[in-house]
Amino acid sequence: MPVGTQGTIKGLTNNQLEEIGCQIILGNTYHLALRPGADLIDEFGGLHKFMNWKRALLTDSGGFQMVSLLHLADITEKGVTFQSPVDGKPMLLTPEESIQIQNKIGADIIMALDDVVKTTITGPRIEEAMYRTLRWMDRCIAAHQKPDTQNLFGIVQGGLDPVLRDICVRGLVERNLPGYAIGGLAGGEDKDSFWRVVAQCTAALPEDKPRYVMGVGYPLDIVVCSALGADMYDCVYPTRTARFGSALIPEGVLKLKNRAMANDERPIDPTCPCMVCKTYTRAYLHCLVTKDAMGSQLLSYHNLSYMMKLSRDLHTSIVEGRFPEFVRGFLRTQFPKGDVPEWVCNAMEVAGIDISSCCASFSPSH
Amino acid sequence: MRFAVTKACGGGGKARAGALYVGGGGGGGAAVVETPSLLLSTRKGLPAFVSRDLLSTLPSPDSHLLHMLGLQEHILVAAASDSVESLPESEASNKLGASFETPSGRRLVKPSEYMQMITSMKPNLWASLADEVPAWVTEKRNRISVDRTLRWLDDCLAVDLEAGKNTLGAVVGGSNIDERKRCATEASLRNVAGFWIGGFGLGESMEERLALLNAVTDCLPEEKLRYVSRLSLPEEVLQGVAAGIDLFDSTYIYHLTLGGFALVFPLDIVERDNWDSRTDIEGADCTKINLRATIYRKDTSPIVDRCGCFTCQNHTRAYINHLLNVHEMLAQILLEIHNTHHYLGFFRLMREAIKGGKFELFRQRFIKRRRAFLTAEAPCSL
Repeated sequence: MPVGTQGTIKGLTNNQLEEIGCQIILGNTYHLALRPGADLIDEFGGLHKFMNWKRALLTDSGGFQMVSLLHLADITEKGVTFQSPVDGKPMLLTPEESIQIQNKIGADIIMALDDVVKTTITGPRIEEAMYRTLRWMDRCIAAHQKPDTQNLFGIVQGGLDPVLRDICVRGLVERNLPGYAIGGLAGGEDKDSFWRVVAQCTAALPEDKPRYVMGVGYPLDIVVCSALGADMYDCVYPTRTARFGSALIPEGVLKLKNRAMANDERPIDPTCPCMVCKTYTRAYLHCLVTKDAMGSQLLSYHNLSYMMKLSRDLHTSIVEGRFPEFVRGFLRTQFPKGDVPEWVCNAMEVAGIDISSCCASFSPSH
Repeated sequence: MRFAVTKACGGGGKARAGALYVGGGGGGGAAVVETPSLLLSTRKGLPAFVSRDLLSTLPSPDSHLLHMLGLQEHILVAAASDSVESLPESEASNKLGASFETPSGRRLVKPSEYMQMITSMKPNLWASLADEVPAWVTEKRNRISVDRTLRWLDDCLAVDLEAGKNTLGAVVGGSNIDERKRCATEASLRNVAGFWIGGFGLGESMEERLALLNAVTDCLPEEKLRYVSRLSLPEEVLQGVAAGIDLFDSTYIYHLTLGGFALVFPLDIVERDNWDSRTDIEGADCTKINLRATIYRKDTSPIVDRCGCFTCQNHTRAYINHLLNVHEMLAQILLEIHNTHHYLGFFRLMREAIKGGKFELFRQRFIKRRRAFLTAEAPCSL
């Protein structure tokens, strides 16, 4: 899911998004509630109408931005108290209010307000947050006015502790929600802990409901999580890295600002069918990136195109029964010297995918 | 490249409608562009915000004339100076070359270097290198600029592989009518396809300019193409067309877009025979709206009703107002599309007026309407 924070994907029009095969985008409740405001969006008949996006939308609860963007945020049982960025007045975001705002915005999928804690923190705070998340889940369900048109997802918390995660998963599954997110990750924890939490959750969550790993991520992370059974992802990475002049390619990342690109007449990726790769060379884009808005636009277009294609390829390879082959091909291209990171090897083993042919010197762990 | 005047306005007016045939090479068929026409400004080959796939939503082939760098089906016209990024710096120009202020500093360009760029870029049309001076220079400096420009025209032609078939001879002369005439007359003697008229928009007033433009066009052959740079506003363009100019480039669209403005002036002045300025809203600026203004926060209408551009077909004023407030790039993309579409519509109207023999009427009405809001009591709406 590309991230369209303020009701737009940075630098792309809706028809361009449709062209590259984008089905669903994410809007940030926190930003939209500030500007243009939930009531205005409601008057317009919802965010779909306001931005004229005909496909699917997902909004997050607003909780994460509060905690990450505002240094004076404080979390109590009532909700998240913070200082309004507009006028400095103290404000409180409760689970009820978050759902109310999301009801007004009108996205197809909405997220429960969770008590999210950084994975780098240890101690009793994590347990407190996990139980609070469950209590807030009930308040969100009670406050939800449009269960027939908007799907309320719960978010699994519990830090890196398998016991806590297990309690949370079981608690959410009991509430029989339309879908489940795995939260609290993508915040700086080591990759080895990261994949284990994902694996544990996907193993315990219902098979027939979507699993959304929030804040993930790099193409490699998405491939690994998909192997472990996850279905949905959101990340600002493709568009943000485009604005810094980096293009996503099967081999990894191409830094177009680099001097070497000035004379390179190849497209960003010869295998990519997108408009940018069909029309422009690396040399031309080198002149534009970081200096002209057009550079950001073209790279964002390509990067999102790349991510959409990756998703499609993952999907088709699973449907056609050749997923392990696809994964092997992907890893070989990203790690031609066979230096696949250990965490990937471990994760793939648990996922039941044999990637020994991609790993040069490293022997599979036990 | 072929150019032909298809309809002269008559009645003593010098405005003319024409047709420019370019191409036939590069796999595409020859495109016909009707003049007077607007060249879309580009930076490094593309418009500032409208990417190639979105360009195709603009009227064609009107939007196919591009100033600077080309796309396959588009026509490229190159000139040495660019009104946004590369301004001529006359004090630093010398007998060797013309100087420009660019984003990477001041640069002196000699005719030989200029021609190197031209031969690599292979534009469909190109203007020769000129020594442009602002309106306030001394007579001597002005005279020198004409001498240099003519000499450089010959230098450029000497190395031109097409022997002038795609060349627009540069005509300068500042604010001096005699020098303008001299430059125009001399340039006409060269074997060129048309003329690029420079040195305007550098300090002369609109009143002075009309006489200068007429002086120049009076000395140029009727049947050849005339392209003038830096006449941006609709009133300036109208002046140019009245003097017999065929091609224009303009920074109007770019500056409007950056400022958050959208063009809204009606595009049906000639058709409405019973047009009356009193039916307009008193004091309202009927030319453009500032979409940053809070009055548009909940405005569900498109920028212009029944406008066929991508922006108006898909988005509301309220959405663009929101995008501007949160500093999102999409605002500039949508505005550049609409403003380009609208301004191209204005050019189409002018062509219709010329073909219908009603250009002077069109020009008077347009200017009167634009001035109406200035003379009326204007409540501040910004």
